[in-house]
Amino acid sequence: MQEITQYFFSGITNGAIYAVIAIGFSMLYRSTDLINFAHGEFVMLGALGMVTLTGLGFPVLPAIFLAVCGGAIAGLLFERLAIRTVRYPEPIVLIIITVGASIFLRGLGMLLWGKDAHSIPAFSSHPPIDIAGAKLLAQSVWILAIVLFTVAGLHLFFKKTLTGKAMAACAISKRAAWIVGIPSKVMVMLAFALSTGMGALAGAIIAPITMSSYDMGTMLGLKGFCAAMLGGIGSLWGSLIGGFLLGILEAFGVGFVTSGLKDAIAFLLLLLILYVRPGGIISAVDVKRF
Amino acid sequence: MKSSTLRNIIYYTLFALIVIICGKTVENAYYLQVLTFIGINTLLAVSLNMLMGYAGQISLGHAAFYGIGAYATAILTVHYGFSPWLALPAAIGAAMIVAYLVGMPTLKLSGYYLAMGTLGFGMIVHILFREWSGVTGGASGFVGIPPLEIGPVNFVSDKNYLYLVWGTVLFTIILCRRIIDSRIGRALRAIHDGEKAAAAVGVDTRKLKLQIFVFSAAFAALAGFLYAHFVYFISPGTFDFITSVRIVTMVVIGGMASIWGSILGAALLTLLPEWLHAFSEFEMIVYGLILMLVMIFLPRGLTRGILSLFERFRRSDGR
Amino acid sequence: MGADNALLAIDSVSKAFGGVQALADITFSLDAGAITGLIGPNGAGKTTLFNLITGVFPTDTGQIRFDDRIIDRRPVHERVQLGIARTFQNVELFESMTVLENILVGRHTRTRYGILASMIRPPGVGREEKKATEKAIDLLDFIGLGEYAHRQSSDLAFGWQRLLELGRALASRPRLLLLDEPAAGLNIVETLQLGTLIKKIRDQGITILLVEHDMSLTMDVSDRIIVLDQGRKIADGTPREVQENEAVMKAYLGETRQNP
Repeated sequence: MQEITQYFFSGITNGAIYAVIAIGFSMLYRSTDLINFAHGEFVMLGALGMVTLTGLGFPVLPAIFLAVCGGAIAGLLFERLAIRTVRYPEPIVLIIITVGASIFLRGLGMLLWGKDAHSIPAFSSHPPIDIAGAKLLAQSVWILAIVLFTVAGLHLFFKKTLTGKAMAACAISKRAAWIVGIPSKVMVMLAFALSTGMGALAGAIIAPITMSSYDMGTMLGLKGFCAAMLGGIGSLWGSLIGGFLLGILEAFGVGFVTSGLKDAIAFLLLLLILYVRPGGIISAVDVKRF
Repeated sequence: MKSSTLRNIIYYTLFALIVIICGKTVENAYYLQVLTFIGINTLLAVSLNMLMGYAGQISLGHAAFYGIGAYATAILTVHYGFSPWLALPAAIGAAMIVAYLVGMPTLKLSGYYLAMGTLGFGMIVHILFREWSGVTGGASGFVGIPPLEIGPVNFVSDKNYLYLVWGTVLFTIILCRRIIDSRIGRALRAIHDGEKAAAAVGVDTRKLKLQIFVFSAAFAALAGFLYAHFVYFISPGTFDFITSVRIVTMVVIGGMASIWGSILGAALLTLLPEWLHAFSEFEMIVYGLILMLVMIFLPRGLTRGILSLFERFRRSDGR
Repeated sequence: MGADNALLAIDSVSKAFGGVQALADITFSLDAGAITGLIGPNGAGKTTLFNLITGVFPTDTGQIRFDDRIIDRRPVHERVQLGIARTFQNVELFESMTVLENILVGRHTRTRYGILASMIRPPGVGREEKKATEKAIDLLDFIGLGEYAHRQSSDLAFGWQRLLELGRALASRPRLLLLDEPAAGLNIVETLQLGTLIKKIRDQGITILLVEHDMSLTMDVSDRIIVLDQGRKIADGTPREVQENEAVMKAYLGETRQNP
């Protein structure tokens, strides 16, 4: 029982991270039909940015805020320089551009932070909480809280604010949105900024419990993508469900297979979803809204 | 004889001449090795080009077949004492079978989803290479792969291997050109231009996509075989997502649907890390930048891009 | 309706998409060698019917018989093999290929050699290619595009692109040819030439089913006209009969002339 609970805690912690990354993918795909292969690198930038900021003496919350802003700005630059200038926006061209951007950003990360792995202390110095014999890290609580808070915030943003509704409208039909006067270029920029900002947030909150290095982004990005597809790419709740589901399946999977094969779980699930139900879990529930 | 057939024969002869000249004049072992690697990479690029450039199917997992070819021959020759020349058809066969099984469900997808499916497949194969240590030697790799020989001729010498690899490249290019200049090649290009319309004129798109997928896997495995018996040691790191991306880059930069362009792409991408050796910290940045810049400004690849620049100069003073 | 020697028999066919009933209980048959026009207001289900006949979608109910063979479960490319060909509303040429190559792809089902043979090149391959090219050029001459054989298909003027697509459909030597708004975007002269060509094709023994909005063309070439409205067949007869049919007028104009 204690083992199962431990797996569960580990699962929802990782799951929350995957969920945030998946939401970043989903939001961008929904608004622009683009799958950003470089998304994982924004996670890396957020994590290493957090390392630098806390190293410079910034307290936790301002550091997170700055890291997220940094990620958003990087996303805006990326959109302006790499995406908007594309002459033939076919899928293969965009895929390779974002793959190129991913390699570029990884190189940048290596240049700025070297090949070493960095770590930072947890956001608070609480000792792990004892629940049913298993230990729940304080940082896990932070992660879950921040993620749920962010998701709630996004939900309100899209449902209640004018900008949010405009973005959702753009996602449903660019042409209709244009007709009623919504500036799609601005919306696309906003979508990028939000998406990469979310990526940076994921990096910032995972930094205390992992060794952050320039190449951490690739696997995280790919797994976040798997989670998004699992839940249903383009859907906020789908990404949330997909993220937690992947995290838990991975955590329990480790109980049955060697940890090395753990990574394969995400990709097997990805293939399964692509073959059986490309719309993801959420499409079974027939909820298409964001 | 048709003019295009004559033209092809001239190209092939020129090609063979250049290879022979290189073999005769280049003495430096390092240069010979680099040239051989360019040849192996050309095989990879050409095989992927048939799938991506002509049939229009994106694959981000091509390195998996490269690896299956390499590991199959390694396992058969080292663990089971096969002669490499027997291991060769087995390695190619293994890749073809895997391609057939994976291709059936995956090729039903298109666009991003196809890219994702092939990526997932490639990752799973890579993880298998890494974790199945009993069979593949795991992360530390596989040593002791024997060199190739036919009777008195051994291929340990760099020059002989250069001839072997580039001879294989020529052979492959001839086969690919023959496919392209046939009703199959036209059907493939039709699928690329518009799958719906291709089906509407009677092309069995499902079967053809699968056939070309298996074909491209076979030649990637051939490249893997040649690689394994060249370096005598393989490890999973050579057959990962980065490698798949590299092969895609070669195809894209050289020009999709340009067989000769694949040589250019392979050459550039093999030489680039060598040139950047001095600035190894900048290698990734430069590599990523090149990818982005080429795709943003010359998405048809360098060969087409340069050709169309020529066209524009010609037109500005003629028409 | 002479179902015994009918080339194509549509029997109680229906198709719905989501909540929308695109076609409901359609029944008719086509005799070999005739030109049949299929008309109706937008959204009547004409293109859906084409898609069902060619196999793009499966039917929900009913049966489609071609040459007395039930073809419901056959995939698209097999139906081409059997002798059904179509053109599209929006021109869907193979833009990277020349005019001649487009026609050659159209001949795909009438050539045989596979991927292995294309690599090994036994002597039969060369002969097949030569024959295919000759037939393709003959076809281009027949439709009037002979001199453009080696032009890029995307370079052609729009009217000729439409013509090329028609030629490509003919290249598979169909017994039944489905034309989806072939006159859309053509000027008066081109439309008249199209009408002549359609009759020439019929004279070669090919059965034609024609969807068109251009009424003069339709009335001119059709031996018989079927009218659809909102997924149902509302009229079926000679051009004159259909022109005087009250239900047809109501469908197009909204009201009959008696009730202002």
